[in-house]
Amino acid sequence: MKILVCIKQVPDMESKFKLNSEGNWYDNSDLAWRMNEYDEYAVEQAVQLKTQVDEADLTVLSIGPDRVKEMMKKALAMGCDRGAHISDDDSFKKDPYEIASIIAAFAKDKEFDLIFTGMQSQDRGSGQVGVLVAETLGIPSITTIVDFAFAAGQITAKRELEGGIKALIKTTAPALLTCQLGLNTPRYPTLPNIMKAKKKELLSIPVAELHKVASKQETARMYFPEKRGGGLVLEGAVGNLADQLIKILKDKTGVLA
Amino acid sequence: MKTLLVAEYRDGKLLNSSYELVAFAQQLGAESAMFLVGAESVLPAYNGTLYLADVGKYGEYNPAVHKQLLLDVIAKEQPDMVVFSHSSYGWDLAPRIALALNAAQISEVVDIIDGVPVAPACNSKLRRDVKAKTEQIILTLQGGAFGLEGAPNGTPTVVPIDTDVAAQVEFCGYEEAEAGGVDLSRAEVIVSAGRGIGKPENLAIIEALAKALKGEYGASRPVVDSEWADHSRQVGTTGQTVSPKLYIACGISGAIQHLAGMKKSEFVVAINTDKDAPIGEVADVLIVADLKEFVPSLTAKIQAL
Repeated sequence: MKILVCIKQVPDMESKFKLNSEGNWYDNSDLAWRMNEYDEYAVEQAVQLKTQVDEADLTVLSIGPDRVKEMMKKALAMGCDRGAHISDDDSFKKDPYEIASIIAAFAKDKEFDLIFTGMQSQDRGSGQVGVLVAETLGIPSITTIVDFAFAAGQITAKRELEGGIKALIKTTAPALLTCQLGLNTPRYPTLPNIMKAKKKELLSIPVAELHKVASKQETARMYFPEKRGGGLVLEGAVGNLADQLIKILKDKTGVLA
Repeated sequence: MKTLLVAEYRDGKLLNSSYELVAFAQQLGAESAMFLVGAESVLPAYNGTLYLADVGKYGEYNPAVHKQLLLDVIAKEQPDMVVFSHSSYGWDLAPRIALALNAAQISEVVDIIDGVPVAPACNSKLRRDVKAKTEQIILTLQGGAFGLEGAPNGTPTVVPIDTDVAAQVEFCGYEEAEAGGVDLSRAEVIVSAGRGIGKPENLAIIEALAKALKGEYGASRPVVDSEWADHSRQVGTTGQTVSPKLYIACGISGAIQHLAGMKKSEFVVAINTDKDAPIGEVADVLIVADLKEFVPSLTAKIQAL
């Protein structure tokens, strides 16, 4: 069985964001980078599946500059067998259609039985890439899964819907799944596995070899949302803040009356 | 400008979010038609053409088949925009349509300014103006971003539609959210814990404040996913929707899914070390402090009142 998991490196969302000089994306410098949270669940599910079935080969793919290799090493330490790094310093400028076309071009003659992606990225948040990859490859896709089982070529997944309801869906491999938070408990790589990961294959492929389509959209401008007026911001010593808040709660709510 | 609105139907009901699409078309001053895989017995209150496929025949979730039904209508209507809710149905179906039409899809649109769609980025900390380069565009709208002024009204002109394309997946039914646990919708005070509590032991700090205020404690999704709190405590799109007199968000950054579950609270206090956290957008008071120091101090002072 051949499995592919696609992951993206994103800034820590707690970061203090600044805008780039063109004003059309965030400034990529001075940020702490990590694996997109949704993708951690995708990697974990792929590793669990690899452990479950006997003969499996699990490839992790990521598109981006050299720094994404650090994150890919984490995925290798979690249990992926090999890495395909699509080397691209300008990946942040590419739209979901371009990114999906690159992944599909990589995957098309490799006959993956299962492909896992996160349901969306934390920075762009379009939630399109996984489905676009599947549609381009002509295989079924199930989005937003919170439960996954595989037996004899049959996939049983639960999609998470609004209000905590789940929809039970079945399909057959080959197929693509986009992973929602809470699907599983992503493992922490152990030290021996981190050491082992250093010896695993991590190939870099220039993006030009796979990128053959033009973009369909662009971010014309990025900016901070206007602050909604009225909200009071309090800073200072903790004890003093508590006194101020108690006074506000007494004045504005009936709670402490 | 012509729009095609993709309404939603689930478990025998038309979803109210469908009317947000109507509000969007009105705001744009655009013509519209509507598409629905639903039932003749549950029609939307809408004045216009409704292309209706029978849910009994095509199922509530059946992407390959819904895609073909929708593509046939698009070929006939030639809309400039195909508009979905940014929901589990919309974000699943929209990219399939976008690829088939070779059209740009702009996701989770919160506004349209001078004809340019605006989408959030980085957990709503940033916004971006998105320019499509294609003639037709596909949009998914963030829940609650567009709303009708009054109650929806009208009677649609129903045009039945059919297809014989084969399904790719099998929908086997729904599983309800786990019953039992706490009904947060009745609580007058809710103190909620977010990822900022750092470790499960710190949930006790949140519980203590909730108790001092005679309320209940809630939690954001990451806290529930980490199994630090029960799912019945979860506030947000996939948990409970609450509207207490007082909501205190402790260490919650304010993802849109969480905000959707608590923004109707009467008074919101946020405690966060990050002054720019999106929770500040809905907070009446934002306390910039470490909750592990601030909350115990607040609890002690309230107990001493």
